[in-house]
Amino acid sequence: MDVFIAIVQILDSTIRLSVPLLLACLAGLYSERAGIFDIGLEGKMLVGAFAGAAAASVFHSALLGLGMAILISVAFAMVHGFASITHRGNQIVSGVAINFIAAGSTIILGQAWFQQGGRTPALQPGERFDAIVWPGAEAVRDVPIIGPIYAELISGHSILVYLAFLMVPFTWWVLFRTRFGLRLRAVGENPAAVDTAGISVAWLRYRALICTGILTGVAGAYLSMVQNGGFVKDMTAGKGYIALAALIFAKWKPVNAMFACLLFGFLDAAAIRLQGSPLPLIGKVPVQFMQALPYILTVILLAGFIGKAIPPRAGGVPYVKER
Amino acid sequence: MSTPYAKLPAWADYGLIPLINLSVAFIVAGFVVLLVGENPFRAAVILVEGAFGKGTGIAFTLFYATTFIFTGLSVAVAAHCGLFNIGTEGQAYIAGLGIAIVCLSFDSVLPWWLTFPLAIVASALVGALWALIPAYLQARRGSHIVITTIMFNFIAASIMVYLLVGPLKPAASQAPQTRNFLAGAELPKLNWIIELFGAKIRSAPLNVTFLLALAMAFLVWLLIWRTKLGYEMRTYGHSPKAARYAGISETRIIITAMMISGALAGMMALNPVMGDQHNVAIDFVSGAGFVGIAVALMGRLHPVGIVLAAILFGMLYQGGAELAFEMPAISRDMIVIIQGLVILFAGALEHMFRPYIQALFASFSPRSVGMEAVKGKGA
Repeated sequence: MDVFIAIVQILDSTIRLSVPLLLACLAGLYSERAGIFDIGLEGKMLVGAFAGAAAASVFHSALLGLGMAILISVAFAMVHGFASITHRGNQIVSGVAINFIAAGSTIILGQAWFQQGGRTPALQPGERFDAIVWPGAEAVRDVPIIGPIYAELISGHSILVYLAFLMVPFTWWVLFRTRFGLRLRAVGENPAAVDTAGISVAWLRYRALICTGILTGVAGAYLSMVQNGGFVKDMTAGKGYIALAALIFAKWKPVNAMFACLLFGFLDAAAIRLQGSPLPLIGKVPVQFMQALPYILTVILLAGFIGKAIPPRAGGVPYVKER
Repeated sequence: MSTPYAKLPAWADYGLIPLINLSVAFIVAGFVVLLVGENPFRAAVILVEGAFGKGTGIAFTLFYATTFIFTGLSVAVAAHCGLFNIGTEGQAYIAGLGIAIVCLSFDSVLPWWLTFPLAIVASALVGALWALIPAYLQARRGSHIVITTIMFNFIAASIMVYLLVGPLKPAASQAPQTRNFLAGAELPKLNWIIELFGAKIRSAPLNVTFLLALAMAFLVWLLIWRTKLGYEMRTYGHSPKAARYAGISETRIIITAMMISGALAGMMALNPVMGDQHNVAIDFVSGAGFVGIAVALMGRLHPVGIVLAAILFGMLYQGGAELAFEMPAISRDMIVIIQGLVILFAGALEHMFRPYIQALFASFSPRSVGMEAVKGKGA
């Protein structure tokens, strides 16, 4: 029974750890499917986390915090759009720039406004998103097997966790069942065709980036207002890049993205849980190896050894109207 | 990278436009300083005085510049071949391993002038090998170099953390770093050069690696513009199709360019490891690889530009430290913002002001944007 409880606990922390990855990964899905590479996911998450925690603690409202996180994150996405769509700049360069500006400005502004070494004040109850306990969760906790699964795994998460997982079918529906989604995918594969049909390539790509900004904003808010109860400098710690890896691992598909993020979240949860203690059969695995595994897996996938990851064809190429 | 814009006179292309972009980046940074509640003009004065006011400041500025020359050249060599090596950070980090092996083995037996060449070879070799795998995957398996090099940065960081908290750490020590090197792996300082000009230096880490960096800048210029290999690299960077048509082997050129880039990135590690700290510690690269992107873009991928841009960033790092001391509201992270803004305005938005400047030139002298500029190189 102890083993079962341990597994449930690992799966529970898997869910918690994969939520920011999932939101960021879906965010990247919108922009990359529209043909805009976005390695600035990391930076947008970071400004989202900072803006969310800062606004929540100043205005004493979790919802205002979330709104501010989304607003600022979208603003950064628009900078990326301005550089890479309007001015046809290099999308990678623009993404790198956004990551730098985000990393620096969150620390500088945090220190200037709150004087706590780049942190924001610890969020009080009501300023953060609390766990939602589902009806009957406490009552069934002692029921074997189903009880812990219901009480630990399904119940007891914050609203943003459920939102993140609901975003998966929603994103699938938007991309594959709506006119907007069809055009968005088309603009990532063949923008000239979309242009010929009389649809503005630039405006479509901007809208895709707005979606990206909203989702990275929520991802950031989750980090600082659910997982941590306040902003800490550099708190994204490479999650934006893991999300990018997950996006490739998922071959740019929403449902695959969920499984990829759960897998990477599980690796993280297992690494934390094991802390270097020996595994049966394999022996002791270094924590660092577990941490590096998502990246190693992505490289192997990209090399074409596990299926083939084919990116959207127009990805990374600025669209120039023929003259 | 070809531009869909008309040509400008070379001095405007290589001088005026970067200057405008840089100024805009600094003006925006000034607004951030205002937002924090400090005076941007006073901040700028403190920054420049901190970097060039005293001999020690100059030495520190050049010490940081040394690091950035290497990473800037590394990014530039790959960029000439149309490859975005974002993995400079990881290549430099893992090269610390090569240096550690050489220094820990030979520092008690060899003098520095024998350890140094060995360490140069080791760092370049390890850096090049770390770039080889992403290069091979790009050339033969079609995986995107940007993504693989990002992944390799993280893998390198994991390996180095594993080694530095485990096998490379002396048993008695708590700190995650190698033991301190002995005199045989300490590089001589260059501070006497600045002292020749009458300035006094208390202690600054400027060392012979600076000369190596300048030599490398010259060699890169030679490679890119005076050799067949460099010509092939530029051809491939300009148009992979043309290169293929000309019979240039895609695999060979990608792998060679990336390995040279990786070797330059690896040599960066010599400066902080053998010149300053005398050990290999966790995160000793601390973002210098990414600064290389800003430096290369600002220097417009030309070694002379890169050396100048590296000195500018050295100035920001050294002056930024003074600034953090004088204005407590502004920490050294201000530099990170400036870096980001420079990358944004000099890199991603480099063409933003171009149409206006072209219009301006055209209104003064139509010939300056006409035929005669065609012989200028495309950016």
